[in-house]
Amino acid sequence: MDPNLRVDPQAVVEVCRCLRDEPDLKFEILSDLTGLDLPKENKIQVVYHIYSYSHRHQIVLKVDLPRENPQLSTMEGVWKVANWLEREAFDLFGIVFEGHTDLRRILLPEDWVGHPLRKDYVEQEEYDGISTQRAPLVEKLLR
Amino acid sequence: MQPLLNSLPETVFTTKVDDLLNWGRASSQWYMLFGLACCAIELMQTGGPRADVDRFGCVPRATPRQSDLMIVAGTLTYKMAKRTKLLYDQMPDPKYVISMGSCANCGGLFQLAYSVCKGVDKIIPVDVYVPGCPPRPEALTEGLMRIQEKMMRERWLVRQPAAAEAPVGA
Amino acid sequence: MSDPVHAESEAFHTEDMTISMGPQHPSTHGVLRFIVKTDGEVMREAIPDVGYLHRSIEKIGEKVTWHGYVPYTDRADYLAAMFTNQAFCMAAEKLAGVEVTRRGEFCRVIACELNRIASHLIAVGSFGQDIGAVTPFIHALRERETVNNLMEEICGARLTYNYIRIGGVGYDITPETCGRISEFLDHFELIVDEYNRLLSYNKIFIERLANIAVITREDAFQYNIVGPNLRASGFKWDIRRDIPYSVYPELEFDIPVGTGEKGTLGDCYDRYIVRIREMQESCRILHQCLKMLPKGPAIAKVARKFKPPAGEIYVRVEAPRGDMGFYVVSDGSEYAYRVRIRTGSFTAMSLIDKISRGLMVADLIALIASLDVDAPEIDR
Repeated sequence: MDPNLRVDPQAVVEVCRCLRDEPDLKFEILSDLTGLDLPKENKIQVVYHIYSYSHRHQIVLKVDLPRENPQLSTMEGVWKVANWLEREAFDLFGIVFEGHTDLRRILLPEDWVGHPLRKDYVEQEEYDGISTQRAPLVEKLLR
Repeated sequence: MQPLLNSLPETVFTTKVDDLLNWGRASSQWYMLFGLACCAIELMQTGGPRADVDRFGCVPRATPRQSDLMIVAGTLTYKMAKRTKLLYDQMPDPKYVISMGSCANCGGLFQLAYSVCKGVDKIIPVDVYVPGCPPRPEALTEGLMRIQEKMMRERWLVRQPAAAEAPVGA
Repeated sequence: MSDPVHAESEAFHTEDMTISMGPQHPSTHGVLRFIVKTDGEVMREAIPDVGYLHRSIEKIGEKVTWHGYVPYTDRADYLAAMFTNQAFCMAAEKLAGVEVTRRGEFCRVIACELNRIASHLIAVGSFGQDIGAVTPFIHALRERETVNNLMEEICGARLTYNYIRIGGVGYDITPETCGRISEFLDHFELIVDEYNRLLSYNKIFIERLANIAVITREDAFQYNIVGPNLRASGFKWDIRRDIPYSVYPELEFDIPVGTGEKGTLGDCYDRYIVRIREMQESCRILHQCLKMLPKGPAIAKVARKFKPPAGEIYVRVEAPRGDMGFYVVSDGSEYAYRVRIRTGSFTAMSLIDKISRGLMVADLIALIASLDVDAPEIDR
């Protein structure tokens, strides 16, 4: 299990910039940025996995956000790869990243309703005229 | 009649016009490359050196305007469904559709997925279903043989007694 | 003598056009779409539009048991299915403290390196096809048929294997199969030379690729480019050597790095030649593994209702398209709480918009093919 740090939402960009630039830490790479939905504790966590090629160490940062309106500042200024990773987190969890240049859905169609990776997501009945259910074969044969 | 009986040499074929037309069409099914997911790799291997479909006359075409067979190979998502219908409408008649693989047949192993369309026959009419995950190149070749048999059964020249609005095999 | 055509074109008003290089196209990289703004030949920008193969594999991880999720990881990158299987199984094993048997580890490495050869064959073959050289693709498919036969002997499937299971591997490798793998390797090393003669040192191929779409080391770090793409920019980083897992510390192999031999360091040609050399290194690893394969059980005893204790882990594996990371969170039940798959192709796609300004449309195809992006890896 890797060491992980809880960081305040307001401070996370500064912390990451310091992690990237300090000579003993030198975390050049943002490996992953993802969300974790914890409805029992009523929060959504944004998890950052950061890695250093020079010193070969990894650290995990976690930011807690309220479930109703999760907002966080963007990490795009520190690592440019955060652009697409934050778009994916917005698409699947609904986390809004302030300051992002282009926050729109990336994996799902533009007019999709809902954020699927949340635990309370309910699948819609039909999309664009196509029904999402498939009648089981036995019922179809008996009809 | 008497002078004609047994008069032609062995190298001459006689046939009906319908059979001749159908034989020409069945021996040159040009398929559109519509590989979406894993089955696309098996589709490529079918066009490859071992299970060669070029010997049946099947040449891959990139554009729907020049193809008469659409092999839907892979999972269809809702985002892709509208484009699939568009591509199907752009193909000229008479056109056929092979649904290759479990995902195209009925959604495959993605029944619990929220973004997968459970079967391509919700969007376009399908002629032959090839099961497998992914189907072997030999299975896809069998599917092409069934389309050939279907083509050979069609009748184009004689007016059908039922209304002419639905052409056979579409 | 005045040139009437050029005299007219000075006062000729032109507009840029927006073309959709749509989801259906003859390249083999899957359903990707680019919205290209161009004046006809030179691009102003190329915006990727992805998600046409989003099959919600991450959400399914929360609904299916641990053992039952392994076939779904196959589909997360079907050209490198063994690696995704291995990463998920390693994550589950580390959470539960399961120790893989030694024979199981060697079988895993054999299967993975064969899969690496197959995946790189598609990468270089379809690279040639996208540039216009259709013949080498058929040669690559012929070799891949032999690898598919070997995979079918090992685990029963040609493409989506479901071979590496939690605790080891699904089926044991018989001595006859080992003999056939050796024969294949002896034959394959000559084929790589044939491939080099056919394509790699061809003058037209080199001129098409040299100095195109250079990715510098700073860009590679900022955009988290991994795998052969990173090594082609001159940075020697391979998870098998630097964050070792499985039995790789006992094996001897080199890490091929791009050197800018035909153009600039980090251009499309470097990314191509690194893959050819990696196939040769995989052959070396396979020879060693076949000699060192120990006796013993191929899989450790693992409970049928697998319930690892609560916790989370991040595991990295060197897949053919780069460092594939699995972030798995368990809450102690028989379903995973969250499975996150982080792939190299997703971040490579985010770089295309920046690098492709000023390139020609045909070079965009060369760039996409050289990054070896793969639709299922991007969309999952």
